[in-house]
Amino acid sequence: MKGWLALAALILVHAAQAAEPHSGYQDASPATRAMQDNDSENPGFLWVQQGESLWSTAPQPGGQSCADCHGAPATLRGAAARYPAFDAGLKRPVTLEQRVNLCRTEHQHAPKLLQESDALLGLTALIGLQSRGMPVAVQTDGPMQPFRDEGQALFTTRMGQLQLSCSQCHDQLAGQRLGGSLIPQGHPNGYPLYRLEWQSMGSLTRRLRNCLTGVRAEPFAADSPELVAIEIFLAGRARGLVIETPAIRP
Amino acid sequence: MNRRRFLVLSGAILLPAIWAPARATPAEVKAAIRRAVGDAPLQPGRVKLDVPVLVENGNAVALAASIDALPGEVRAMHVFADGNPLPNVGSFRFGPRTGQPRIATRMRLATSQTVIAIAQMTDGTCFTDSVDLLVTLAACLE
Amino acid sequence: MVRVLINVPKTARRGEVIELKVLISHPMETGQRRNDMGQPIPRDIIHSFRCTYNNELVLDADFYPAISANPFLSFTALAEESGQIVMTFTDDHGVEQTESRAITVA
Repeated sequence: MKGWLALAALILVHAAQAAEPHSGYQDASPATRAMQDNDSENPGFLWVQQGESLWSTAPQPGGQSCADCHGAPATLRGAAARYPAFDAGLKRPVTLEQRVNLCRTEHQHAPKLLQESDALLGLTALIGLQSRGMPVAVQTDGPMQPFRDEGQALFTTRMGQLQLSCSQCHDQLAGQRLGGSLIPQGHPNGYPLYRLEWQSMGSLTRRLRNCLTGVRAEPFAADSPELVAIEIFLAGRARGLVIETPAIRP
Repeated sequence: MNRRRFLVLSGAILLPAIWAPARATPAEVKAAIRRAVGDAPLQPGRVKLDVPVLVENGNAVALAASIDALPGEVRAMHVFADGNPLPNVGSFRFGPRTGQPRIATRMRLATSQTVIAIAQMTDGTCFTDSVDLLVTLAACLE
Repeated sequence: MVRVLINVPKTARRGEVIELKVLISHPMETGQRRNDMGQPIPRDIIHSFRCTYNNELVLDADFYPAISANPFLSFTALAEESGQIVMTFTDDHGVEQTESRAITVA
């Protein structure tokens, strides 16, 4: 009887752990965590530094820089924690990358920055850093609800030649191993982040494309509504975790 | 030998050659060490090499090497990885303005192997420390 | 010019051992890899790094392709008097870049 109670307690504790969002930081090795913890050893700050110089430089001669409108980057404290966010004018949610590019095309009269370019990673890393330590606070109700629901549907849909859904690995098998790697819960709270495998900084879009090709599925196009929907669902799922940008992951 | 048997055999021979990362031979490792420090015997001790024994990604492995000595007594610290295609990792020469004879950096390791740190003293003697470490393979590669 | 992050204390006490850290934005291409077409990608690394303190040597390093992308290096200097800490590094194209930081020793 005692044994059964202990087992039941263990299962309950386990279930509680599974329900609790768990940052990839906690799964990383002490060496990888140390790399993230110390700003002067975190290579993500090379991109933050580039973001800082772009922030105060007008992309078009005689035009406006980010700083001309926003002031110091610190005025955007909390912004990255709220993205993707609903744009009332466009009547759809936009990601932080898309917001930066909307600023460029609408206010700075400059061409869009390419997805995964060092410039866009630099600006989003700088903006993300301003929210470091703040909880993920993306709206998932109201006008965001249908997009979040679409994201959830995509997250639980089997895809690709391997016929695996995101949820099968990152909900049901999180904490177990695939090859030598721990399967993380797959939270978006550190992006853009420096991945040791990439030997570079990358966006959440790059990570999602990576997962999709991993299950032998055709990746969604950059800027596609599907990717935005998945980002919104992931943000809602990560509620309670804090922003770690620029994080380090293996 | 029929065609199928030839294909199976040649596959069996070729595949390990493709999959196994090229690794320096013991002679190449020895030669690289000799080029750095000459023929002085390598005495274990005094040097402390700090690396994780279990590495989750070989692209950036933190390493710290130090020696229990005054800075003026140490000419250089050399680091080698015996399972990489090229065994040299880095050589770090100290000068009159060095505070303490220690360095830290991050290295690439192609596979599980032994990392060796060698401190070369100003009198030519050499002290060494080494660590065997395990590099796990990532499952989801881009 | 590549991006560099240098961490040097602005002030120190005379005789203090100070920690110097540097991160350099660089792919450190090993020369061991091939591109999608099967052609070898030429080696492109920062192969040497040197740090001086008022023109006296702190550290002189040779980097090999086994040094990680975006190389990080941490080492120490002895603070004796105010002056300049200068870091210079050279890549495989022969391009040399120099960064300097002032330090005040009281």
